[in-house]
Amino acid sequence: MRRSALLRQSTLVRSLGLVVVCGLVLLVLSENITDYRNTQLAEGAYFFAVLAGLTLLAGLSGQISLGQGALMAVGAYTVALLVGNEQWSLVPALAAAVVVTLIVGIPVGAVASRLRGPYLAGATLAFAVGLPALADKFPSLFGGENGLTINPPTPPSWLGSSFSLERWEAWICCAGALIVLFALYNLIHSGVGRSMRAVRDDEIAASLCGLRVGRTRAVAFIISAGCAGLGGGLLAEVNQLAQPGAFPLQLSLFLLAGVVLGGLGSLAGAVWGAALLVFLPNWTNDLSGSFSLSGNVSHNLPLAIYGVALIGAMVVWPTGIQGGIRTLTALIRARLSARRRLRVGAAPEPSGPPSSVPPSADGSG
Amino acid sequence: MTKFIDLTLNGISTGAIYAAVALALVLIWRATRILNFAQGAMLMVTTFIASGVINSTGSYPLGVGVALLSGFVLGAVVERVLIRRIESAPPLNAVIVTLGLYTLLVAIAGMIWGNSPRAFPAAFSLRGYNVGGTTLLFTPNDTFIVLVVLGVALLLALLFRATSLGLQMRAAAFAAEVARLLGVRVGRMFTVGWGLAAVVGALAGVLVAPSVFLGPNSFDAILISGFVAAVLGGLDSPPGAVVGGIVLGLALSYVAGYEGSALVPLAALVILIVVLMIRPTGLFSAARERRV
Repeated sequence: MRRSALLRQSTLVRSLGLVVVCGLVLLVLSENITDYRNTQLAEGAYFFAVLAGLTLLAGLSGQISLGQGALMAVGAYTVALLVGNEQWSLVPALAAAVVVTLIVGIPVGAVASRLRGPYLAGATLAFAVGLPALADKFPSLFGGENGLTINPPTPPSWLGSSFSLERWEAWICCAGALIVLFALYNLIHSGVGRSMRAVRDDEIAASLCGLRVGRTRAVAFIISAGCAGLGGGLLAEVNQLAQPGAFPLQLSLFLLAGVVLGGLGSLAGAVWGAALLVFLPNWTNDLSGSFSLSGNVSHNLPLAIYGVALIGAMVVWPTGIQGGIRTLTALIRARLSARRRLRVGAAPEPSGPPSSVPPSADGSG
Repeated sequence: MTKFIDLTLNGISTGAIYAAVALALVLIWRATRILNFAQGAMLMVTTFIASGVINSTGSYPLGVGVALLSGFVLGAVVERVLIRRIESAPPLNAVIVTLGLYTLLVAIAGMIWGNSPRAFPAAFSLRGYNVGGTTLLFTPNDTFIVLVVLGVALLLALLFRATSLGLQMRAAAFAAEVARLLGVRVGRMFTVGWGLAAVVGALAGVLVAPSVFLGPNSFDAILISGFVAAVLGGLDSPPGAVVGGIVLGLALSYVAGYEGSALVPLAALVILIVVLMIRPTGLFSAARERRV
């Protein structure tokens, strides 16, 4: 009994359990959906990898980055160069993509650690606009505007001949997402995550406690860069293409929107954000199809929805979807416990129905 | 040598436009301590309005006038409706709201006017001056741009230093509570600040549109350059914004001329990072921000 309680307290065990459960769910899911849905699953998985890193940066460390799209481009080009030109196999190429993006993230993170709010946003914005220009500057290496193509991965033969490419890609991307989930879950619940929250909430108090504020910020940025690199590499793998047009400024803004709408600072929020990024363009396409909107309107509808959602979320509901769910569950739990108390009669409530119980005010809502 | 002169002249005229965008950013930063990432999209919308008016009436001054007026209205409305609600929130929220506004305005412009760029008329001839047989890369329109921007900078300096409205705006930005106690309508001053900034931005849009064409995403690069120029001069200082704009215009013009235009965004990034690392308050910042 005591041992199981101990096990439940260990972050490592809990995160392993989480990964196994999520992995099984994803496995069953990918068995039972069409190839098209499997491609969407793959997209969602690589978006999750990027968003998880960004939510760590923005939610936990309190820094904002508009450069995640450019960092994804670094990862994508690394994979495309290694797989396409050097004939590396996929897994080492993805690992290399993470390493390269981490290395790119070190100087950017060092700069970021010294900047505050709007300055950091502006600097990373300039980074997002400036970096893709390299593809134009060295067309022989990066393929200019057309980018680099790579061959699709082949599913291993032991999975059977009917195993589709789409499902294999979904497996690869989900594996990447699960690795990110495992790593970040442990990081958030470790001393590093705690020091990030401390630095976010009160810089002076944190440095009085002996935390190195600049280094903590830089580490958060570098980790989020690594996640973006993995996501970008997976994106290149799914699209079999790395080109500058795939990483416009809008991508960075969409990523930010996904994190904010999903709920800053929580990994579950990153799942919601990834789902939004995958499904929103489809929904708006269906919407404009059923209302037979003109090309200009339907083409810009997703952009408009992101814009309205970003503004609305900040003005009305800053905690995002995950925050909403948290408030809702807290409310339900409070009602249930009140009802139980009524039934037992141990603590008779003098007046009012159970619905008058206020939601728990834990400050998260 | 001719090339150097050409690049220098060209740098001064593009620098004047950067200076105008930087001025717009600085005005908003001074008023509400917010970096307006929607500035590029706001001036894009007003330039589209100017284009519509010019096309239907054929009058360039009328088009510019309408653009400036609509700029003031747009800026004031944005401040009243959006910014007022997030004033006391963490700075991250303001950044996200202005980015959302950017996204929304770009999408609306694409819905109304389409995504393919269109031409925009210039105020004066785009044919370079002829000096001693060689044609310079500096046109009557460039002269117009430089003079207009310098004029606007002077007018703003006059407004802030010599009028009661300017004094009230400075007071509201410097110490809102004290200003409110002394009878300054602080909220209204913020609205006016945003409106003024949007007017300056609208002017920059009309001036730069002939050279970049007019489309929903045409002014993204201008916003970045304006931001770099504003940081270069110090986000607090209008004269700094003008000098920063010209310096950045010259630097980017030399980079484009000698190393190729593909490197310009990277050069802007490098300049920004170097300035932020060496002197984060900018070259012209009047007073160091007090760190508590």
